[in-house]
Amino acid sequence: MRYLPHTKEDIESMLKVTGHTSLDELFNCIPDDLKTKEGIDIPESLSEWELNSHMEALASLNIACKDYKCFIGAGSYDHYIPAIIPYLISRSEFMTAYTPYQPEISQGTLQGIYEFQTMVTQLLGMDIATASHYDCGTALAEAALIALRKNRKANKIAVSSLTHPSHRQIIQTYIRPAGYEMVEVPYTKDGLTDLKAFEAMDDIAGIAVQSPNFFGNIEDLKAFKTIADSKKILFITSFTEALAYGLLKNPGYFGADIVAGEGQSLGIAKSFGGPGLGLLAGTKKQMRNLPGRLIGKTTDANGDEGFVLTLATREQHIRREKASSNICSNNGLNAMTAAMYLATIGKIGIREISQQNHDKAAYLKNCLEKAGFKPGFNTPFFNEFVMKVPKGFAKKRAALIHKSCIFAGMSLESFYPELKTHYLFCATETISKDDIDQLVKEVQ
Amino acid sequence: MKEIDDLNLPDNVKYSKDHEWAKQEGAIVSIGINDYAQDQLGEIVFVELPEVGDTFEEGDEFGSVESVKAVSEIYLPIGGEIVEINDALEDAPELVNDSCYDKGWLVKVKPEDDSQIGDLMNKAAYLAMLKG
Amino acid sequence: MSQQPGTSGLIFNEPQLWDKSRKGRCAMSLPKLDVERVELDKTLTGDPPDLPQLFELDVVRHYTRLSQWNFGVDSGMYPLGSCTMKYNPKTNEVQAARQGFASAHPLSGDEFSQGALELMFNLEQYLAQITGFDAVTLQPAAGAHGELAGMLMIHAYHAKNGKQRSKILIPDTAHGTNPASATLCGYESINIKSGPDGILEPGTIAAVMDEDTAGIMVTNPNTVGFFESNIKKIAEIVHSKGGLVYGDGANMNAIMGIVKPGEIGIDVLHLNLHKTFSTPHGGGGPGSGPVAVVKALEPFLPIPRIKKELDTYKFITDCQDTIGRIHTYYGHFGIMVRAYSYILSMGAKGLEDASKLAVLNANYVKESLKGTLNLPYDKPCMHECVFNDKFQNKYHITTMDMAKRLLDYGFHPPTVYFPLVVDGAFMVEPTETESKEYIDQFIHAVKAIAKEAKTNPEKLKKAPHLTKVTRLDEVSAARKPCLCG
Repeated sequence: MRYLPHTKEDIESMLKVTGHTSLDELFNCIPDDLKTKEGIDIPESLSEWELNSHMEALASLNIACKDYKCFIGAGSYDHYIPAIIPYLISRSEFMTAYTPYQPEISQGTLQGIYEFQTMVTQLLGMDIATASHYDCGTALAEAALIALRKNRKANKIAVSSLTHPSHRQIIQTYIRPAGYEMVEVPYTKDGLTDLKAFEAMDDIAGIAVQSPNFFGNIEDLKAFKTIADSKKILFITSFTEALAYGLLKNPGYFGADIVAGEGQSLGIAKSFGGPGLGLLAGTKKQMRNLPGRLIGKTTDANGDEGFVLTLATREQHIRREKASSNICSNNGLNAMTAAMYLATIGKIGIREISQQNHDKAAYLKNCLEKAGFKPGFNTPFFNEFVMKVPKGFAKKRAALIHKSCIFAGMSLESFYPELKTHYLFCATETISKDDIDQLVKEVQ
Repeated sequence: MKEIDDLNLPDNVKYSKDHEWAKQEGAIVSIGINDYAQDQLGEIVFVELPEVGDTFEEGDEFGSVESVKAVSEIYLPIGGEIVEINDALEDAPELVNDSCYDKGWLVKVKPEDDSQIGDLMNKAAYLAMLKG
Repeated sequence: MSQQPGTSGLIFNEPQLWDKSRKGRCAMSLPKLDVERVELDKTLTGDPPDLPQLFELDVVRHYTRLSQWNFGVDSGMYPLGSCTMKYNPKTNEVQAARQGFASAHPLSGDEFSQGALELMFNLEQYLAQITGFDAVTLQPAAGAHGELAGMLMIHAYHAKNGKQRSKILIPDTAHGTNPASATLCGYESINIKSGPDGILEPGTIAAVMDEDTAGIMVTNPNTVGFFESNIKKIAEIVHSKGGLVYGDGANMNAIMGIVKPGEIGIDVLHLNLHKTFSTPHGGGGPGSGPVAVVKALEPFLPIPRIKKELDTYKFITDCQDTIGRIHTYYGHFGIMVRAYSYILSMGAKGLEDASKLAVLNANYVKESLKGTLNLPYDKPCMHECVFNDKFQNKYHITTMDMAKRLLDYGFHPPTVYFPLVVDGAFMVEPTETESKEYIDQFIHAVKAIAKEAKTNPEKLKKAPHLTKVTRLDEVSAARKPCLCG
């Protein structure tokens, strides 16, 4: 095995030092009745050639092996990844390092993540951003727990029903054992979270609103902030499409206390849903409540600038059972990827790419309308929107996948049973006018 | 770390077994951590304090003191209502190291029972406890 | 290989991104717009974020220079105890980057994702085989996330049985994540002292285990590097009171093919694909923390689960007793591909050999360095061994000083000051992928440093000397946090 370096002679001479006569003897400290009698029943080892064939055979069973056109977003978006991103992130000094516990030889990771934290605060208009979480759903669940723990009176958190359905499920999983409850705020006929319903809710510790919401629509965050303030509760916003904030007013502008988001759009492959990038940011006031690692700037013994992990007393390895979260490993390499992406795209690029996402989606929506589809809602959206589809659409959609590898949107039925004939469509900068015209021609 | 005989333990305050000090000033009692505690903790980077108006029983945890790699809970040596907290510590937690009996005080308490402070140790008793 | 690897070389300075920014630059190739521009209402749009404005070589040079300030497994030996910093095979990266995997949308439907589903199904089966359990979920995104999933299942199991419990037993050698995970489930952690020889004693458990205790969290092999040989007896005690045994499988690298945790009384176990199964740590993640369970806990696994029907695979969500969902999609699929690639490359024999050689390497280090460093528990170890700085304290040299000096010699230091049960711990896990030559270099470096501790302690106290920066002021960093530029 090419990963195992020991020659027969090595083993013999090392065993002599340890005072054993065989490798098996090293395990004498384990009682015999605890040792397994059966081996591991898995396939025999493959050579690299065999592995390549096997893996390509598996990969080719996924439609993604072809150049498919995916008009589906719903939390995972197809954006162009510049060639320098995979090239740079493959540098093994980034990839094969551990958490930067020894700052003197981890300044690359540390400065890189510090710059990531900075660019996330710029993107979201917040004071502080953590060094990453697993994904938006888990970051949002952490945010909900912050609100619930800080509020001594209420044990419920209000969450918009237009928050990604998986995120709502994750919140439930995280808060239930501690005896907390989630209440959903219904949505209106405009495809927006119902402000009046939220206003009428009592005994809640916080409100979480996703914008753009699961339908792609842009929420009136200002109105939520006003009500949250009048209730003296924590205002949490979330998002699944980070590039929306290249164009839209950011959550900080509207006074969010905590923002949880998905950063997959920032140069990270879809990779069947993971690993993505959980973003968690807050106001200065939330600094010690936010779980997850933080990198800070400081100086070394010679007075030179350097970076360290800081405020570690919030974390599990110091606070143990009193820690607010158990997070340890995060999605650091993807945070570094996102930093590289944001540095590449820059201030000019992010505005243009974000704007093009909206342009393409607007063009798609327009064309579908002309082809007889009805808008689900007449509300401003970013790069996703809902359409009520004509009869027979499902069949045409299936045929189109088989024939041309085009995914014409995603049915909302399993997430919102009342929207049986409604589909969620997405178009990003990777979709061309021709792609859209072809889709529309085939489904009308 | 300091030897026990090198500790600065003034005579005009009372000591608790958890290494806090208390000092009667009229109707109000000032509370802090003593020289032994600040020395053990090392360089203090953050002090978490309760809010004015909170009430605690004797021995309740009322906050925590953090160094870079440790968190220590702090316990109120006498019960009562918090009437003032040391806001200066938010920007300058090092005051607890530099001046633990003066500028590094933590909270001021209005005692619920004036006799509790009398139950605390004087310098001699506290030193005897430390020396075990 | 008689020379030590550490030396000095040309290190570049590199400012922060925004110091390089010049108005008007952009390193991205922007697509031509082929549809009409559609402006959103001005009340909705804001100024673009003030990101740095760079050109392509700026970005390339920035991250190349930053990377040169880092140390990875590919740079040198990384004997970080408890973290299993083994070699990360490059073929795994090639497999994960295949378009069919990397470009797969998570919601494109089972029919069009059969390759991904089959891979996940197979990986679940292989991990079940390796650990001796009945069912596996791949959904947790990291070890701590797996722990949380496991504890949530224990919580759900007791709830289903009609009486929730309030406490959980956690040994003093546990990872910090253990008590934090237990707290998230509302359990009070009861600290259990390990015995004089570094392992748990059944009597200690029997004395505290009762019907209000949900179970015990055991790391086996434990964090001092010993196999918990009383585990079966301990499991019997816990089970007899209706409790469950949680296994922290972070140290599975020591026992593949030798012990199957599912056969020795453990009910639920998490694995770290980024430790035992060779996926890279990435400077802190992403990892993956699959959880394996016995039959009785299978109904509580997170959803969705994968099922094979005839020759097709599908996700199922109608599981009544499930703890629910813990990741937006199915977990860190890209990491699963790498681990799957590793397991297939190794085969059963390769995995067993890996464990044997990991244990050989650790014992070799232990025997070679005892006498140089104090060994608090002098007995055969598993995949890691724990020393401390007792011999060096008389020169006022600490574990931290020796760790920092190791950097100059070209090695990543071991884990320091953990586990907490050993004062000044210096915890070495060489892993199986280090050769005798590399390990001998490391041993030589530690011996040289121990000598310096006597002859030139100042050199150690001021170490490291060859790195980009020297010891950093962590106190100021925490007192006046500066978390963004």
